[in-house]
Amino acid sequence: MRIGVIAIQGDVSEHVESVEKALAERGETAEVVTIKHKGIVPTCDGLVFPGGESTTLGRLILREGIAEEIKEAKEKGIPILGTCAGLILLATRGDSQVEKTHQYLLGLMDIKVNRNSFGRQFQSFEVDLDVSVLDSPYNAVFIRAPAILEAGVDVNVLASIDEKIVAAEQDNVLALAFHPELTEDMRIHQYFLDKLFN
Amino acid sequence: MELEKLRHGTELIKRGFAKMQKGGVIMDVTTAEEARIAEEAGAVAVMALHAVPSDIRKAGGVARMADPQVTADIIEAVTIPVMAKARIGHFVEAEILQSLGADMIDESEVLTPADEHFHIDKTEFTVPFVCGARNLGEALRRINEGAAMIRTKGEAGTGDVREAVRHMKQIMGEIRTLKGMTKEELIMYAREIEAPIELVMETAEMERLPVVNFAAGGVATPADAALMMRLGSDGVFVGSGIFKAENPPLMAKAIVEAVNNYDNPEVLAEISKGIGAGMKGISVDSIPEDQVLQTRGW
Repeated sequence: MRIGVIAIQGDVSEHVESVEKALAERGETAEVVTIKHKGIVPTCDGLVFPGGESTTLGRLILREGIAEEIKEAKEKGIPILGTCAGLILLATRGDSQVEKTHQYLLGLMDIKVNRNSFGRQFQSFEVDLDVSVLDSPYNAVFIRAPAILEAGVDVNVLASIDEKIVAAEQDNVLALAFHPELTEDMRIHQYFLDKLFN
Repeated sequence: MELEKLRHGTELIKRGFAKMQKGGVIMDVTTAEEARIAEEAGAVAVMALHAVPSDIRKAGGVARMADPQVTADIIEAVTIPVMAKARIGHFVEAEILQSLGADMIDESEVLTPADEHFHIDKTEFTVPFVCGARNLGEALRRINEGAAMIRTKGEAGTGDVREAVRHMKQIMGEIRTLKGMTKEELIMYAREIEAPIELVMETAEMERLPVVNFAAGGVATPADAALMMRLGSDGVFVGSGIFKAENPPLMAKAIVEAVNNYDNPEVLAEISKGIGAGMKGISVDSIPEDQVLQTRGW
């Protein structure tokens, strides 16, 4: 089993450590690799797309030739986890901000995203969030976070704040507006690993 | 969701924001137009200031926070985070920048210090701070004051990367020496470098700084940026290096790609071809002692 973390930019090492910690918790061994260039994605059984700056990430995954490989992995049914900027890139469509910057989107999930949906950095927040697939609230860290404004009928909503969807899944793709890799609580990563091991 | 249940400005959020910048390039900009060029080139954030360091050097006089109108225009112009510089110890400039919506404040020695004894108490702010450091003691003192990100000071506005190299090697070297020290030795070491023992112990355990550490001060070419990444930087700040280059958009894109390919010389060679001349620069040796910026900030 091999899990790849897209390592173009952003909090890559935190995701690598979280996946390794989650694997250790469940007593599984798997190789965790970082992906900076093309050729590695096709060898992975699971993919993690971390947070960072979505415009930068979008440009570089195209330039490095990774974008097409991720789309192929989705078609093959490889589980994919996207957090924050990762969520934006998984979307099929974006708001006016996304259009303004000509942000590249992978289009793997039938959602419309809104960048910086909760405001600027001073408005970033932590909150105890109810996530439908977890049995108790999760300390979710939102940093200049996006949100999902519209989701297609095939999208399963896992958590919302007011009208804004902040966690959702569709087929093999799981998208979060917050950062489970910044806390010690591995339940979200475990939920993702369930898709690989069960 | 009740708004009072949201927790703002926690250490986790401040340090988390800095982590999202890792592997990226943060570019100095003085106008909204420059900010758009930086965003287009793939910068992860821009730093708003009234003049790039090389112009601050030439102009002399007192260097202050940028005109709030300029910072507001830059915030309006781009969707990536906007950082802005305040003078060392000038907490009112910092409050103004926070109220404008700056995403991070750089308490920077590039501006003329406002206080010769105290830095800003950064724990009082919701917005995170980045501060310069030349060695481990200085870095941990800034973190103790609440900095969520550290950058090397280098020697800003010179295009001479030597001092950034010196500071990065100094910090990485000091972190390596912590490995294998006993608790008593760590306590003694903390005293020597005038840093809080808790942070020294945390650094020893993590084998890295507890916050993100970027390179800054003198980075002028793709090769310079790659060099700083090879030395262990989490990312790179580029000041005068972009908008004092012959072709800023090309130089900006090349530096972004170089940071992503820092460990691949063949790719770096391709990236570095035909991008025009870098900023002219001045050797650090030729700067009179009273015009050295890195010694500001203790």
